[in-house]
Amino acid sequence: MYHYTDFDEAFVRSRVAQFRAQVERRIDGALTEDEFKPLRLMNGLYLQLHAYMLRVAIPYGTVSSAQMRQLAWIAETYDKGYGHFTTRQNIQFNWPALRDVPDILEALADVQMHAIQTSGNCIRNVTADHFAGAAADELADPRPVAELLRQWSTDHPEFQFLPRKFKIAVTGAAADRAVIRSHDIGLQIVEQDGEQGFKVIVGGGLGRTPMIGKVIREFLPRADLLPYCEAIVHTYNRLGRRDNKYKARVKITVHEHGIEAIRADVEKAFRRIRPEFSGVDQEMLAGIEAQFATPSLRSGATTAYDTAYQGDPVFRAWADTNLTAHKDADHAIVTISLKAHGATPGDATADQMRLMADLAEAHSHGELRISHEQNVILPHVHKADLPTLHAALSGAGLGTANVGLASDIIACPGMDYCALATARSIPVAQEIATRIDELKIEHEVGALKIKISGCINACGHHHVGHIGILGLDRAGVENYQITLGGDHTETAAIGTRMGPGFAADDVVPAIERLILAYLDLRDSADETFLETFRRLGDAPFKAALYPETRARHAA
Amino acid sequence: MSRAFTPKVVTANALIEGDVVYLTATGEWTRRHDQARLFTEQQAAEAALSAASLQVADVVGVYLADATEGATGPQPDHFRERFRATGPSNYAHGKQVDL
Repeated sequence: MYHYTDFDEAFVRSRVAQFRAQVERRIDGALTEDEFKPLRLMNGLYLQLHAYMLRVAIPYGTVSSAQMRQLAWIAETYDKGYGHFTTRQNIQFNWPALRDVPDILEALADVQMHAIQTSGNCIRNVTADHFAGAAADELADPRPVAELLRQWSTDHPEFQFLPRKFKIAVTGAAADRAVIRSHDIGLQIVEQDGEQGFKVIVGGGLGRTPMIGKVIREFLPRADLLPYCEAIVHTYNRLGRRDNKYKARVKITVHEHGIEAIRADVEKAFRRIRPEFSGVDQEMLAGIEAQFATPSLRSGATTAYDTAYQGDPVFRAWADTNLTAHKDADHAIVTISLKAHGATPGDATADQMRLMADLAEAHSHGELRISHEQNVILPHVHKADLPTLHAALSGAGLGTANVGLASDIIACPGMDYCALATARSIPVAQEIATRIDELKIEHEVGALKIKISGCINACGHHHVGHIGILGLDRAGVENYQITLGGDHTETAAIGTRMGPGFAADDVVPAIERLILAYLDLRDSADETFLETFRRLGDAPFKAALYPETRARHAA
Repeated sequence: MSRAFTPKVVTANALIEGDVVYLTATGEWTRRHDQARLFTEQQAAEAALSAASLQVADVVGVYLADATEGATGPQPDHFRERFRATGPSNYAHGKQVDL
């Protein structure tokens, strides 16, 4: 894992001191809210529906046991005993008081964490594949590059007042677990003629105008990464629209100018910028890479795992859904579900955080990951430890065997917390998961991504859910639109809206009808929901969603 | 033609805690929606909004929200205001337990 240099430490501490003084000036009246708001946003502090919300960066989703324990302590000391892990691999605290926030930031700095650039029109927290450095299918660990990007983008003088926020995601595997095609810049580490470099994708995004990113460079040599990204953001900063907030993201810039014109501009800027990079960045990258070396994995028999797998059906169900192949065959990547049926997706109590920190220390080299799917990952667990680990998790409400299944739902905070939301999303997720559990069908249904957003900004990624749900305000009533066929992976697709929305009471039965229809429609148990939808198209699913329409046509 | 004025309360968030607050008849801020002053005339509502907006040391984000007189005092009209007046639906946190 990356450890702060003296420079990082001094920078973060000075930002805490600055913000402490700014909060004091706001409280004593020297700063108005209009003056203070951009300052607090630069430090991740929002004013939401019921309280302030502090968004803390978890760069590329990697967090140590010590950091996780500190997050637990903050949750207990300054919040209501829990934290919310988000779809951008961050953690949010929903109830801090303004005067406590500088102390919270100080406590974060004590464990090399911060909330810088988690808001505002700047380059946000860089996200990455949550299985980075552990996955069997990976070409290279994307995190050193993500850390390099974090350092380059933090306080970058040219990019503090972009037309709009800017998000970068990196993956080192062909299987896209980082949603790179829905980011402003998506990077995939690829190999060409034995040399590693990047496929560069630009202009993806969700929100009110969802777009799949377009390839701007099929192969970018490794050493060109920072100057090329600088050329992209520079071009966007120059061409991006500032006249209309809803047309300000780079996806619109790319859409309006066309990828060819943008590519030409970026390449021109790149030729100018490239000589400014003397190679210092590559020396720094080499230093960063050393810190992300795979921990020394132990060897040993995996008999305990085999025995439990054969003899314990509860363990077997969990192993089948929550484990992913590790690059070392004796190890596994464990996904801890924060989606117990009926619970709030992505929430963990302070006790749960501490337990996960302890388990990571005992079984995963002190390392944890946060996924954009709002779960927690232990990346390096020897298989012999899995039965013990599973037992410990199960005792704390963390043993749910549902990763990748229908109840593993992504949901934004929605109108229960968010000031921008137009409807709630958490209760919809809770009710769907509870109903699915009652029906006991999710293992039979198999892979299914349900994603819920409480407004058009799409923090819940509904556009790329196999089933997407968008909560809206229709004449003063919560109303939920359903989209089908979205895909967040390397075969990315934006879902198609099926028809009129559903009232809050009708949305769970509608989802149930969709799932049951799929079970009838699939040609075998191996055909996933998404595959069935792609084979058959909208019609049979629309018929399941709107049976009254079908009855009317038949009459 | 301008729309007919519907009764409103003046609401905001408290500067320090972020709590949702409402302006009372005596010009103070309360956490309870049913203790808010219900403005039935546009001119008075807008004057109160302007005055409240100047209280930058106490509150943030002042605006007018639709409300209706109920048995115990003004009640919120829109579901967003109902959530602001009670708290989140996934936990017993906020006003639903604090008041």
